[in-house]
Amino acid sequence: MKGYRKYFVNKLLWLLVTTFFAFILNFILPRLMPGDPVAAITARIAQGMSNSTGMKEFYQQYADLFGTNKPILEQFFLYIKNVVHGNFGTSFSQYPRPVLDIIKSSVVWTVCLQFPAIIFGWIIGNTLGALAAYTKKGFDKVLMPISIFVSNIPAFGMAVILLVIFGVNLKWFPTSGGYGFDLIPTLSWRFIWSVIVHYQLPFWSIVATAIGGQAIGMRSMSIYELNADYVKYSRFMGIKDRKIVGYVFRNAMLPQVTGLALSVGTMVGGALVAEIIFSYPGLGYTLLNGIMGQDYPLISAVTLIITMMVLLANFIIEIVYGLIDPRIKAAQSD
Amino acid sequence: MKNTIQQVFHSRKFVTGFSIFMALLLIVFFYPFLIKDDPLAIIGQGNFFPPGIYVNVYDSLHSTTYILNLDDAAVKRIGNTLGDQERQDIKDWLVAYGIPEDQIDIDNTKQLLTQWEENYDPNISVTDMTFARQRYYERIDTSLKGLLSTEGMIIAKTNPQTGVLEQTDTIEQSEYADISEVANIKVLPLGTDNFGRDVLTELVKATGVSLQIGFIAGTIATLIGLFLGLLSGYVGGLMDDIIMFFTNLFTVIPSFVLLILISFSIGQDNRGASTIAVVIGFTSWVWTARAVRSQVISLRNRDHVNLSKLSGHSTFHIIINDILPYIASYVIMALILQISSAILAEASLSILGLGPRTTEIPTLGLMMNWAMIYQAQILGKWWAYFPVIVMIALITFSLNLMNTGLDQVFNPALRD
Repeated sequence: MKGYRKYFVNKLLWLLVTTFFAFILNFILPRLMPGDPVAAITARIAQGMSNSTGMKEFYQQYADLFGTNKPILEQFFLYIKNVVHGNFGTSFSQYPRPVLDIIKSSVVWTVCLQFPAIIFGWIIGNTLGALAAYTKKGFDKVLMPISIFVSNIPAFGMAVILLVIFGVNLKWFPTSGGYGFDLIPTLSWRFIWSVIVHYQLPFWSIVATAIGGQAIGMRSMSIYELNADYVKYSRFMGIKDRKIVGYVFRNAMLPQVTGLALSVGTMVGGALVAEIIFSYPGLGYTLLNGIMGQDYPLISAVTLIITMMVLLANFIIEIVYGLIDPRIKAAQSD
Repeated sequence: MKNTIQQVFHSRKFVTGFSIFMALLLIVFFYPFLIKDDPLAIIGQGNFFPPGIYVNVYDSLHSTTYILNLDDAAVKRIGNTLGDQERQDIKDWLVAYGIPEDQIDIDNTKQLLTQWEENYDPNISVTDMTFARQRYYERIDTSLKGLLSTEGMIIAKTNPQTGVLEQTDTIEQSEYADISEVANIKVLPLGTDNFGRDVLTELVKATGVSLQIGFIAGTIATLIGLFLGLLSGYVGGLMDDIIMFFTNLFTVIPSFVLLILISFSIGQDNRGASTIAVVIGFTSWVWTARAVRSQVISLRNRDHVNLSKLSGHSTFHIIINDILPYIASYVIMALILQISSAILAEASLSILGLGPRTTEIPTLGLMMNWAMIYQAQILGKWWAYFPVIVMIALITFSLNLMNTGLDQVFNPALRD
């Protein structure tokens, strides 16, 4: 396992480096902008306030909170310290609720919605893509144009279409929220059922958007592989078609796994917008509320958490990739 | 070169995508010449007027009238005013009165009215009916009788001196106006939006702005990506390591998050369409850089490049003459993808409320945002959001088709 351990350590280091840079970006981007961010925040908070002492008080309070009156390096360490302690400050729009509290209650919804949906869409998309490449005529001719068109409907568009068809017109599923508005989160059957029902539309809209792109990618990959020499050789050897398809599928899968790692960020971005359409109580909706309420601490924390989630998902996918790619296992014999 | 272009235009996919895209461009370009309305002019008082032809009532009163005696006019008139709820109520009464349910068709106005007229009698008390309910049916009956009456309507004006109403005209039920003689008719093929603006005019303008955003962002992203890719691929060494480090970094850190952070920090007042376009361009160069770099690395040690080096050409000359022509197809494909993803990025940002500031120009994302804020999807006002989704899907679909077409021309393995 020497080769794999090296690979693992490599990826872990990369995770740490990217996390560090994510922190830096999250810290520095708002501060790079022209103008004093604290002044801007105080101006928003103190809109219509005529008392200049009060304004000054506000300014002082937020300057202390973000430490903007200290040198930039010190500010950065303060920021890192706060983040590590989970201290993201207090939300402006839901005062006096701490940001950490808001994030905690929404991150579960997002994780439980998006990652199963993306994985599921990926699996279905790949299966369909491989089938299209293998059968070529018929299935391919029908399936490909459809998936190309469907994959071009943006995630929020798919969400709206599903919402209107199944939520508004057919009334099969509720149109908004993560559970019935008359329920309090408890472990009762009624609550669980309500969660399941509310889960369907957001889930399927993310799955539907994920399928198209993946199917197209897998189809190209499989066509490449089907024309490869080893396939022709296997055919000459008289190996059964079914077995060859197995080989092809495995080989075409590998770039698709990397593709998933690379596109998971984009997919999460799209899915966050889909959450907003359904008012699903996840990070996307929280982010929207933060933006509506000009809630800087909340936005900063949500974007950081989303980045961390994507980086972590990437890391996990790469680790899995290391397990299934024979070339990385083979590296141990070097 | 000519041969390549010919080959490209033989690809069915490319041609389909190209024609859709060109059609969209032509519409965006020529529409303002045909309809000179301001796309953001608020013409409707109230929100979400359904698509249709709006005829000015005042003008149609004053235009020449023609008498047409049509049999079904009265039925149609009542059918139009009778709501679904009232039809259902009438059916309920008739069923309670004793008419078999399968003989009543609430969509057949004529039959329903005949049944009602024949059977309804305010003095008959149907079982299980409250007094209020009985009164309700009496009211329905009176209003139906009022509608069925054949008398015309009187038009009166206030006399400015005395303040007394004076009859100026009467309108018979059989009077018609020729639509071509009415002075003011407004065709709203897609109705109005939440602010009362003509959706079609706004949509065309928004498509134009979104395409511009796409072009600006795509060009910026492609130029940055091309520059970095050439630099890291051709120069190599430490430069390559540094550039690749940042490229890999920005591949995993979602650009969507960067977009949100930057747009929020810029602030509502400074966010114009072009600012958003530039920001999108600066956050989406990663893929082009990667693609260009890998192509350049495979080209770097080809014979013709080495020959060029031996002949003493400058690096710039080599890049322009010996490298760029070989990667041009990839760069164009990347540009096409960048344009479509930039349009999507703008739309997503706008839905989050971080799009261009809302008062001056429409974009596809902003239209979507407005429709969502005013709950068009729940209220069933499809014309406010569905054309926008279709438009975005059409743009990205045509661009992606062009891209797959090019891909098939340049990568023979993918050909059908």
